[in-house]
Amino acid sequence: MGLDFSVLPPFYGTLALGVLWTVAITAASAVLSFFGGILLAVIALYAPMAIRLPFRFLAWLFMGTPLLLQLFLIYFGLVQIGIDLPAFVAGVIGLGFHFAVYNSELIQTAMIAVDKGQMEAARTLGLSRRQALIKVVVPQAVRDVIPPIGNNMIALLKDSALVSVIGVSELTLSAQRAIGQTYRAFEFYAAAAVLYYIINLGMEAVLRWFENRNRLYR
Amino acid sequence: MDTELILKVYPYFLEAALITIELSVLTIALGLICGALGATARLSRFKSLRFLGAAYVSFFRGTPALIQLFLLYFGGPQIGIQLDAFEAGVIGLGVNIGAYMTETMRGAIIAIDKGQGEAARTLGLSRSQAFRKVVLPQALRLMIRPLGVNINAQIKGTALVSAISVVELTYTAQRYIGSTYKPFEMFFLAGVLYLVIITITGKGVAYLDRKVRLPA
Amino acid sequence: MTAPHSFVEIRHAQKSYGTLEVLKDISLNVERGQIVAIIGPSGSGKSTLLRAINDLDPLTGGEIWLDGVQVNKALPHRQYEKHINQMRQEIGMVFQHFNLFPHLTVRENVTMAPKLLKKISDKEADKLAEEQLDHVGMLERIDYYPAQLSGGQKQRVAIARALAMKPKLMLFDEATSALDPELVEEVNLVMKKLAQEHMTMIIVTHEMDFAASVCDRVLFMDQGVVVEEGPPEQVFRNPTQERTRNFLRKHLEGAK
Repeated sequence: MGLDFSVLPPFYGTLALGVLWTVAITAASAVLSFFGGILLAVIALYAPMAIRLPFRFLAWLFMGTPLLLQLFLIYFGLVQIGIDLPAFVAGVIGLGFHFAVYNSELIQTAMIAVDKGQMEAARTLGLSRRQALIKVVVPQAVRDVIPPIGNNMIALLKDSALVSVIGVSELTLSAQRAIGQTYRAFEFYAAAAVLYYIINLGMEAVLRWFENRNRLYR
Repeated sequence: MDTELILKVYPYFLEAALITIELSVLTIALGLICGALGATARLSRFKSLRFLGAAYVSFFRGTPALIQLFLLYFGGPQIGIQLDAFEAGVIGLGVNIGAYMTETMRGAIIAIDKGQGEAARTLGLSRSQAFRKVVLPQALRLMIRPLGVNINAQIKGTALVSAISVVELTYTAQRYIGSTYKPFEMFFLAGVLYLVIITITGKGVAYLDRKVRLPA
Repeated sequence: MTAPHSFVEIRHAQKSYGTLEVLKDISLNVERGQIVAIIGPSGSGKSTLLRAINDLDPLTGGEIWLDGVQVNKALPHRQYEKHINQMRQEIGMVFQHFNLFPHLTVRENVTMAPKLLKKISDKEADKLAEEQLDHVGMLERIDYYPAQLSGGQKQRVAIARALAMKPKLMLFDEATSALDPELVEEVNLVMKKLAQEHMTMIIVTHEMDFAASVCDRVLFMDQGVVVEEGPPEQVFRNPTQERTRNFLRKHLEGAK
């Protein structure tokens, strides 16, 4: 069986829908991982020990085990305790939390690196510790880690393929469905690869733009 | 937590962990070879080689490893590549992590001060001698830690081959979740084993890094 | 506990880190509109004293009063936080290294705290920023980022930022020490302007000429105590203490 790319056109719609879902799940997870990362960083640096330690343990667990395993845990585990989430939501939670842990590591380092004088100056103006964190320390830390966080988000795009295994109809699963009907694995996986590559390029372009926009304040 | 169940199934997980270790070792070895070749190509004097290296990195880092794996395993036979699932896993993931290692190695090499190569050349060493005797020994020291990050990622990355039914840790966990409906216990078992493998590897990398570190 | 009489009153301030005593029973009164300079060698405790006034470096003993209210009041943690945030709104501070917020424009640096804490509208905030920046001669740079400014310009913005909270008291912690010599004067001019407007100020400085020309009173501190205190002409021209004379002589030699 050679290659025959004429099998693709009838499935353009299927693939296009897959692209949409891939973009949607990536965007939703990226947003969750970003704000989750900030929250986890603040907890790791400022929360009382009783809260910090369990989170530390959870972070260690999530950084030391495969994302795929975590997706199974979240998808089937939540069902187990009576929470039946749609696969998409389970996927967003799994991807979002996984990458939140990685983002949090970056943000923590950057928060520690923000000059002590910044907190002092904010406190001197009468801001509370929390206000100073939100208005002064976190925004600076986040700007400092935009490039590596952007890399995490690009990694997230590629890892979003994993949610196909819990039944989210994103690009990978769409390709699989088409293969199920045509038995043309190479053509459809190649097409999926090209589409991922294009989304990837788009994300990189957005990231570049963002980095440039942020250069001004340095 | 159902400890009775855990005690009953843990031998299967241990067996699966051995497959995960085997997969890790083979993919990382292949990745290091691909990385060395890729970095050489990317730093080559020849434009065509540089282009090939860049294309390699760009494709494998620009698309999901899972898709690459499927393309090789399910799509391979259409272009005359017949591999069993384990072979496809090793080759697919090894070549994939090789693209990341290419960038790690290239980064370490270009981080070495240009003056080092120049100094060696002024002593009369050839370009390749200067690279082998002066630049590379320094770059190797520099790349251990970032390669450790790649290796850590790859150990977890071996979980992907569960999607082509290689019976490693994640596949085993998934199968037992399906048959026992005990996701937490199964996650716990597989998780502990992954953490053990990753922690030991991490310690090994840190030891190596300390061992070859130059006195500051 | 007697009610304070002066506008700013520091009573028996004491501060130690472990066994190291950096402030030893310091008392100081500053009247409304007065300008006091604190001079002394590095490590004398002058910055620590200044930073104790707004509780950045809390005292281990003694009291600080501002306009009839005790700054370092003993309160349960939560209430104290509220109280000190309120007090700090009334005490402006200018740092040696400016500490402008690099992620905010000049305008936002000035308006952030008033908007957040005084809940003023965007329009009022803009007006406030324009007023304050005009006052320090930085209106043209209102939409610049700190990184685009010179050191002297940064410090003028930092002064405007502090003034925007309408403080009762301004503290200057070596405000010109980190500046290139040619940029010192523009900051000094702004401080002189504030002096003419009768802003109450406590200034930690290395610049004797500036202290002599602007201040009502000079404190010479060394090793955690006030060695000598008086009008500038007395402290600079006829110091009564040996330590003051030594310091001034060394300083003059250094300046040459």
